[in-house]
Amino acid sequence: MKLSRKFVSDYIDLDENLSITDIADAMTSVGNEYDSAGKMVECTKLVTGEVIECIDHPDSDHLHCCKVDIGSEVLDIVCGAPNVRKGLKVVVALDGAKLPGGEIKKGSIRGCVSNGMLCSKAELGLDNKFLVEKDKNGIHELPEDTEIGLDALSVMGLDDEVIDFELTSNRGDLLSIIGMAYELGAIYDKKVKDIDLNYNSNSEDINDSFKVQIDTPDCKLFLAKKAKNVVIKESPDFIKNRLIASGIRPINNVVDISNYVMLETGQPLHYYDADRLGNTLIVRNAVDGEKLTTLDGQERVLSESDIVIADNNKAVGLAGVMGGLSTEVEEDTKNIIIESAIFDPIKIRKTSKKILRSEASNRFEKGLDPRRTYMAIERSCALLEKYADAEIVGSLVECKDLEIDDKVIDITLEKIERVLGIRIEHEEVISIFNRLGFMVEDNDSLLRVTVPTRRLDISIEEDLIEEVGRIHGMDNIEGKSPVLDVVRGTYDSTRRAIKHKLADMGLNETMSYTLIPNGEVHKFTNDEFEPVTLNDPMSEDRNTLRYSLLYSLKEIYNYNKARNNSNISIFEIGKGFYKKDGIYQEDLKLGILMSGDYELGIGNTKVDFYYIKGVLEELLYFLGYEGRYSLIVDNIPEEFHPGVSATINVSGTIVGTIGKIHPSVLKDDVYAMEINLTKLLAIRTGSMKYKDISKYPGIIKDVAFIVDNKLSNEEIVTAIKKSGGKLLTNIQIFDIYPNIEEGKKSMAYKLTFEDATKTLSDEEVMDVFNKVIKDIESKFNAKLRG
Amino acid sequence: MKEQAESIKSEVVSSIKNVNTLSDLANLKAKYLGKTGSITELTKNMKDLSIEERKNVGQITNILKNEVTEIFETREREINDAILNEKLSKEVIDVTLPSKKIKRGSLHPMTRITEEFEDFFVSMGYTVYDGPEIESDENCFQKLNIPVGHPARDAQDTFYLSNEVEKFLLRSQTSTAQVRAMEENVDKGPIRIVCPGKVYRRDEDATHSHQFMQIEGLVIDKNISMADLKGTLEMMMKRVLGEKTKVRFRPSYFPFTEPSVEVDVTCFKCGGKGCNLCKQTGWIEVLGAGMVHPDVLTMSGYDPKVYQGFAFGTGLDRMAMFKYGIPDIRTIYGNDIRFIEQFDRKDED
Repeated sequence: MKLSRKFVSDYIDLDENLSITDIADAMTSVGNEYDSAGKMVECTKLVTGEVIECIDHPDSDHLHCCKVDIGSEVLDIVCGAPNVRKGLKVVVALDGAKLPGGEIKKGSIRGCVSNGMLCSKAELGLDNKFLVEKDKNGIHELPEDTEIGLDALSVMGLDDEVIDFELTSNRGDLLSIIGMAYELGAIYDKKVKDIDLNYNSNSEDINDSFKVQIDTPDCKLFLAKKAKNVVIKESPDFIKNRLIASGIRPINNVVDISNYVMLETGQPLHYYDADRLGNTLIVRNAVDGEKLTTLDGQERVLSESDIVIADNNKAVGLAGVMGGLSTEVEEDTKNIIIESAIFDPIKIRKTSKKILRSEASNRFEKGLDPRRTYMAIERSCALLEKYADAEIVGSLVECKDLEIDDKVIDITLEKIERVLGIRIEHEEVISIFNRLGFMVEDNDSLLRVTVPTRRLDISIEEDLIEEVGRIHGMDNIEGKSPVLDVVRGTYDSTRRAIKHKLADMGLNETMSYTLIPNGEVHKFTNDEFEPVTLNDPMSEDRNTLRYSLLYSLKEIYNYNKARNNSNISIFEIGKGFYKKDGIYQEDLKLGILMSGDYELGIGNTKVDFYYIKGVLEELLYFLGYEGRYSLIVDNIPEEFHPGVSATINVSGTIVGTIGKIHPSVLKDDVYAMEINLTKLLAIRTGSMKYKDISKYPGIIKDVAFIVDNKLSNEEIVTAIKKSGGKLLTNIQIFDIYPNIEEGKKSMAYKLTFEDATKTLSDEEVMDVFNKVIKDIESKFNAKLRG
Repeated sequence: MKEQAESIKSEVVSSIKNVNTLSDLANLKAKYLGKTGSITELTKNMKDLSIEERKNVGQITNILKNEVTEIFETREREINDAILNEKLSKEVIDVTLPSKKIKRGSLHPMTRITEEFEDFFVSMGYTVYDGPEIESDENCFQKLNIPVGHPARDAQDTFYLSNEVEKFLLRSQTSTAQVRAMEENVDKGPIRIVCPGKVYRRDEDATHSHQFMQIEGLVIDKNISMADLKGTLEMMMKRVLGEKTKVRFRPSYFPFTEPSVEVDVTCFKCGGKGCNLCKQTGWIEVLGAGMVHPDVLTMSGYDPKVYQGFAFGTGLDRMAMFKYGIPDIRTIYGNDIRFIEQFDRKDED
């Protein structure tokens, strides 16, 4: 909403010493933010003058050398405009004048002295949409009776100031000059002046010749009046200038008046050419597929949620959004029907979102004060009579299905204090309500407040408390510490611990987008699930919620590789989404991707499967799953290398996948893993307990077996553990010699034997050790390596 | 006798100078102090002497023996030192070569800022609440006083799920946690939570990302006021943006709070003097807050005559951008290693 200072000054006396920024800041402090505040036209040193001599420039085919009387002196000015001529009253930019195009300086043009510039409207910086052809093609022609030597902007009525507000959606009442006047009145403690609604009616009764029928619950108030014999012409300057200041393009006096009244009252109006309209208007919902050609010449296909204004045959207007082409007011229009109505805000919002957001629809959407519906139609008649020579037909067509009552709300000072946390004195509270134009019945502690219908946003005590706080100054509330019971605050410490553990292990945490392309959602997993997709995505690249984090990590890898960033070891914790049995599910997942060097410096080492496995084991150990997990080479998703990957089994549940990314997915050696933390953390772990440290020294024995190449370390270790029993407390592989014989490898282990209760004898250890050797030899057809 | 001892001593002193190895030193030592060494020899004929002379000779040779022994020990230390130094001189390394280090890990700036907020609130008895990112329209809008068709929905252009328009969506605000926390609290007693998390809106430019993070706070009790809200936010902003930070309340509008305020903080860049960042105002808008609307309390089963409370919500991305001086929100989700690696140090307390 753009507020013209001149316009609002019709309704409230603002102190002349207040700058436009003072006013804007004061409005901000009561909750009405603004985007900009300043002059309507940012130009300096413009005066009115008269061209007293105009001769062709001797050295140019289009320039003129002029003598311009500006009252105090006569200036030589060179002008190129085709319409410059002797006797013309003009706008003169003096030496040093600042215009949007730059500063005017004395000088000479092709040998002729030029001490200023004669200006067009375009050169004053008015937006193109407010200019007509003549404003762009030539200098501005002031009326013949213009006095010379005056401030030109003031003579033209462009010496206005404008605040461009960004209002909150509850304050529809501020989308009007009068509403703004009430708000400023509350701030500066000033009374709002009455609006002039006086006009003469003829002796006819509109109801004799015109009917309105409401066939929809979406219109609770519809008023119509008729104006006859209007004379369509240009609007007076003050109307045009105020429309321009408010951002609306002037068209002609009749159209301009409808917009002017909308700006004043906040009530949008619509004018129909009465002679092109039947004698009945029907307000109804559109029929699905119904067609209407709107003012802009476009044919619209309507649906049932749209409200239309129709004659007996067809729709002639889209209620609250745009009029129809067939009944548009045109240059030759003589008689008009004025519509002032209230339509359902939600329906208007829906239609306008589809068709066009306009000044009118914006106001309908926010809700309207029915009193203003009456006020606007009366105001419209008054202005049409005055500025379009209209003859107003007597009486009013009125279809009304609502009560117009002020709201009465009771409130106590205690309640105000309890909510705001500060004491505001009785007198001040009453004064604030009075300044806002609310009536107060003062029964000591209980205040009965009557809120006028224009304040649609106020309906409960808390709304009144906000008004008190707003005008008193919300920032005048002193902060204090809440007095609350002492309770324990908690957070998800496991998730945090995992993040810190991984960062401590040298991984960088990433945070990527949840939305991914639909074609990628089933990658990096063999799980069967129903993915979650968006109804109206911003792009095809982001139309589906990810299930696995590994697509995102792969993309991060590619992004970094393209920027020559190497040694990428990253992790991310985020949610994976799917739908199961009609219910949306979110599992917390951990994704890790590693490539390049992990240990840095000279002799750096490249990440391989065993590094990422090390990260996995360190994490599982940290979370308490030591000895309860295994890797199983089965059901590997096809995005993983089939020979260098495994699924992760913890206590019998598959919680994730680990391995090398398949070379067809990423050419480089890249390793990744993903764990479903929701599944993993559901598996209970024991609490951390102290274990006795053996007082007796352990005995270490080395042994190496020659076994089949295909035999896994885990199979051997499991067998050794089983065979060694209680005394065997640790098994550590320390050497692997592949292909020591045809199809055979050597696996060397360090076995630690301990007894917490005594020192073991050699014989006791040898008994167990020999049993282990015998068992392994027989179980795997292994040979002891000599 | 005395002269003889002196001459042996000076002979040792002069000859030991040329000895440079431990074996030569041992040989030389044997020559004087061995079984047949010249100092040992001096005492050989003692038994033939008178008691008086024996005492004298004994004394002289003992002194000589001690002195010579010390000379040998000193020389032995010198030779050992020389050998060690010789060895060490061959072991010099270039200390400026790079260390053997494991890659440096880091936590994402959004994690860091989230933890900072969490720690602050947990220390004051708040519980960190984690709600789902897929939400019902009811929890995200309707129960927050934003019915279907409400103009406030405009500001949050929402991602609805396929075939779920006005039913299920990606949450557009963490305020959903207010509804969930109140509904889940079966005894309808006091509540103190914060909910940090991802939110989604159809919006994308240098200051808006379609995915970003918010933190929502909610305190419900019998006597919670706007003054408590201000006090809490003042403490919070000082903790995150520095002790000098000031907080300003401006009236505003949110459908789920009444009264509502926008909260500004003094510009962290210029300290409130006015600069480009704060558009010369000295203030930066960071947060929306207010007293929970009685309708919102009622819809989630609370009696607004008994309970009231405050709620606030702020963008964590903006907080991280302020705190670390990150100019473009897209950097945060770009995951360039050179960006995320920077967040690898302990924060100042």
